[in-house]
Amino acid sequence: MDTFFHQLDLVLPRFWSGVWLTVEATLLGGALAFVLSFVLGLMLRSETLVLRGLARFVVEFFRGTSIFVQLFFLFYALPGLGFQLAPLFCGVLAFGLNYGAYGAEIVRGSINSIPAPQWEAGVALNMTAGQRMRRVILPQAWARMIPQFTNLLIQLLKDTPLLSLILMADVTYVMQQVRQASGNSIAAYGLVLLVYLVLAYLLTLIMNLLEMQAKAKLGEGRGVRGLFTARTAPGGAGSPGGEGVVGP
Amino acid sequence: MATEPANPEADASATAPSAACIKFDQVVKRFGSNTVLDHLDFSVDRGERVTLIGPSGSGKTTILRLLMTLEKVNDGVIWVDDEPFSHMRTPGGQLRPANEKHLSAIRRKIGMVFQQFNLFPNMRVLQNITEAPIHVLGQDRAKAEARARELLEMVGLGDRADAHPSQLSGGQQQRVAIARALAMDPEILLLDEVTSALDPELVADVLNVLRDVARETDITMLIVTHEMQFARDVSHRVLMFDHGRIVESGPPDQIFGNPTEERTQRFLRAVLEER
Repeated sequence: MDTFFHQLDLVLPRFWSGVWLTVEATLLGGALAFVLSFVLGLMLRSETLVLRGLARFVVEFFRGTSIFVQLFFLFYALPGLGFQLAPLFCGVLAFGLNYGAYGAEIVRGSINSIPAPQWEAGVALNMTAGQRMRRVILPQAWARMIPQFTNLLIQLLKDTPLLSLILMADVTYVMQQVRQASGNSIAAYGLVLLVYLVLAYLLTLIMNLLEMQAKAKLGEGRGVRGLFTARTAPGGAGSPGGEGVVGP
Repeated sequence: MATEPANPEADASATAPSAACIKFDQVVKRFGSNTVLDHLDFSVDRGERVTLIGPSGSGKTTILRLLMTLEKVNDGVIWVDDEPFSHMRTPGGQLRPANEKHLSAIRRKIGMVFQQFNLFPNMRVLQNITEAPIHVLGQDRAKAEARARELLEMVGLGDRADAHPSQLSGGQQQRVAIARALAMDPEILLLDEVTSALDPELVADVLNVLRDVARETDITMLIVTHEMQFARDVSHRVLMFDHGRIVESGPPDQIFGNPTEERTQRFLRAVLEER
């Protein structure tokens, strides 16, 4: 155990930079995936065949081919075609496209799950198609997307060790070196597991706050602020159902 | 169409203005192989309140949905204020199916209240009402909110402006939905079984609000309802539908008091027994 801590101490700056790389790749990949989820998800619902077909192709391609192979392709094959991409850029691109493809189906499905009468009410108020989508449908669909996005984000986090395939020293890679140097597999891999658990839990907490906020906008639950205020005001704006039926 | 006997009313309206606010001219609507409206002709005058009654599946709600552009006609033409509604004029004077811009311009005159209220759950009560006036009509926010509060007072919910729709009872939600439709100052208001989804004791509040609207405004109303007393109170005219056709039409006293058609008599008997 002493050797382990000694070795860990030796690589501590690299350990933290490995953790940071893992976080960075997760957040940047997640951000790209998030944007692509909406772009592709909305295109999947387009009435224009070309847009819909293009999105369908991208989604099926990236869902249907291994992220492992995609990383290799971006990093080792593209230079042969004259494109040399930075390793982090390759990683973020692969994660973003992959999880964007899955996210697109989440966006499409959540929008489709909003009942048709909500669209019809928008028509009856003469809102444009864009207004109906932006101001009525998406805010409702958003609350349904978040828990599914949380799952994807955590899976993305757990895919980041793949970065070592393209020569990047993420936290797993650094700890493998510590394991080799110290011979203590239990401590080395145990610590990596702990790192992922903590990171995943932090992401879950943040996403849960987003979900609470989104639901509060729909009048469900007390919202994020409700976490910090005592439940002493029944009948306040945040209490559902309490004053439902009031006949004049 | 050409082989059918000419409908003198429809021909007249195609060339000269008439008093009709809404006119259905040989309108056909099919869902698959099911013909819901079968060459339907009828018109509604400006300011007139017309109630559509008849068994479910007789096409009443389809008429409202066609007017709200939620469905498209298969054949025939709908006119609103002497403008072809489901169609638009080409420069050559012919009619072709309407595009979204044309629909939007005419839809501007029409409001609708739905059976299931359809309030926007992501907006509080006040914003449900001000959303379209601000973002569709371009009204000033302060003006839209002042008007929304007036309307909320009118429907008896002046103190619920900041509530979420999910915190309201069905009857309260429906009264907000009525206020929301009125905030757009429609010339024509479509009421689609607005009390059918409500608990019985909540029905009266909604109907009383609508009686007020009928009394205090000159909005043209097309009403689909099973509340026969309400129909009798507010309508100028009642149309009895069956199988996509008008079986009988007349003032409420006549239709409810002394219906001539056997189909109408049978329908009204069934409705009264149900009560």
